[in-house]
Amino acid sequence: MIEVNNLHKGFGDVKILKGISTKFYPGKTSLIIGQSGSGKTVFLKSLIGLHTPEEGFISFDGRINTNFTTEEKRQWRQEIGMVFQGSALFDSQTVEENVMFPLKMFTKKTNSEMLDRVNFVLKRVNLENANKKIPAELSGGMQKRVAIARAIVMNPKYLFCDEPNSGLDPQTAIVIDNLIQEITEEYNITTVINTHDMNSVMEIGEKIIFLKNGLKAWEGSSEDIFKTDNEAVVDFVYSSNLFKKVREAYLNETK
Amino acid sequence: MNYIEHVGKYFMMLFQVFKKPQRRRFFYESLFKEIEELGLKSLGIIMFISFFIGGVIALQTALNVESPFIPKSLIGFAAKRSIILEFAPTFCSIILAGKVGSYITSSIGTMRVTEQIDALEVMGINSLNHLVLPKVIATVFFYPFLISLAMVLGIFGGWVAGVLSGLFSGLDYIEGLQMDFKPFLITYAMIKTLVFAFLIATVPSYHGYYVKGGSIAVGKASTKSVVWTTILIVIFNYFLTQMLLT
Repeated sequence: MIEVNNLHKGFGDVKILKGISTKFYPGKTSLIIGQSGSGKTVFLKSLIGLHTPEEGFISFDGRINTNFTTEEKRQWRQEIGMVFQGSALFDSQTVEENVMFPLKMFTKKTNSEMLDRVNFVLKRVNLENANKKIPAELSGGMQKRVAIARAIVMNPKYLFCDEPNSGLDPQTAIVIDNLIQEITEEYNITTVINTHDMNSVMEIGEKIIFLKNGLKAWEGSSEDIFKTDNEAVVDFVYSSNLFKKVREAYLNETK
Repeated sequence: MNYIEHVGKYFMMLFQVFKKPQRRRFFYESLFKEIEELGLKSLGIIMFISFFIGGVIALQTALNVESPFIPKSLIGFAAKRSIILEFAPTFCSIILAGKVGSYITSSIGTMRVTEQIDALEVMGINSLNHLVLPKVIATVFFYPFLISLAMVLGIFGGWVAGVLSGLFSGLDYIEGLQMDFKPFLITYAMIKTLVFAFLIATVPSYHGYYVKGGSIAVGKASTKSVVWTTILIVIFNYFLTQMLLT
C-alpha cells in the first residue's frame, strides 16, 4: 500500500502541491485526474521519487521513501515500474534489449534466464515476434506495450503510468487500459495512473482522485463519479456532451 | 542562470559522473560503443583534414621562404612544429568539438526530452554516470591516438605537397623534420589533447543533460555546446601553452 500524507511540493515561490493525503491499495487501479496544471505530473513524479516533498511524506508499505538509506533506495527503485507518457524506450536498443535492461542492470541471471523472462513478459503484453525490432519500427500502441513489459519485467510491487493512452486511438487505448488492469490484479500490484482520458476513468478507475490547484478536490470510484455533485468534478468530467449523456443515462437507470 | 551557476552545476555534474559504475559489464559495453561512435567514426574526417592541412602548411611555408639564405630544410622543420604544436592537438580538437560535441549534446538531449533519462532515474540508475562516464573515458583514451595519427598524416601531407609541387625536395623536408627534435613537444601536445578530450566529452554532455523543452531546445543546446567547447578549448590552449612552454 502507498500512503501519501499531507504532501507539499513547489518550485521556488510557486506551490504546486498544497497538502495531498490519500492511499493506494494493492491489486487496485487508481487514477489521478485533473486539468492541466493541477499538479498531476508533479504528484506522480513525487510518488516515484523524482521530486522530494517539501512537507509531508509518502510511505510504501510502511517505509517512508525520504528516509531510505542508499541501499534501501536502490532496493525500492527495483520495486517500481513506470510507464512514461511517450513510452521512454531507449531508441538505440531493440525491444528485447529494452525489456532486458533492468534485468541486466540489477540481477545476476544468466543470458538464457533473462531471455526467458523477457519472452514471458512480451508474451504477456501480446507482443511476440517483436524482439529484434527497434522502437522506431513500432506503432504507438506497441511501444506502450513494450514500456509496460519493461515496467513489469522485475515483478514490481508498484506500477505508475503517466498518461498511458495519450496519442493512441480509442480502440488501442482500451486494450492498454485493460492490459494494465489485468496485470494489476494478476500480480497484486499497486497501480497509479495519471490520465486525462475519461474512457479510462469509466473503464478501469477503481479509485479516482481529482486534483484541482494542487489539492485533492474529490476522491471516489468510477461509480461514485456518476453520482457526485462536486461541481469541479462535474465540470471537468462531463465537459463533453457524450459523457453528459452517459451520466444522465446512468442516473436514469439507477433511479 | 549566470555563468557562475553554470560552472557550479557543471562541477556537480562531474561529481556524479565520476562514481563507480553500477554494472561493470554494462559499462564496458557502453565504453566500446562510445569508442566506436566518438573515436573510430571520426577517423575519416581527421585523416582527410590532417593530410590536406599538412600539405597547405608546407606549401605556404615554402612560398613564404623566398630568401636563398634560408635553407629549404626549414620548411620541414616549420611544418613539423606547426602540426605537432598547434594543428593536430588544437585544430583537430576544434573539429571534433563540432562533430562529436553536437552528437553528444543531441543524443543526451533527446534522451532528456523523451524522458529516457527519467526512466533511468526511476530504475535507480545514476544516469550521469551511466551516460557520460563511458564518453569521457572513450575520448580521453582514444583521442591521443587520433591526434597522433593527425600528426603523422599532416607531416606526410606536407611531404607529398612538396614533392608534387616541386617547391622543395623530399630530402630537404625530411632533414627539416629531424632537425632540433624535442620530445617534450609531443608531451605538451598530448597533455593538451587529454584536456581537450575531457572538455569535448563533458561540456556537450552538460548541455544535453540539462536541456529543457523539445526538439528545438535540443538543436539550440547542440549549437551552444559546440560554441562553448570551442571557446574553452581556445582558452585552455592559451593557458596550457603559457604554463608548459614558457
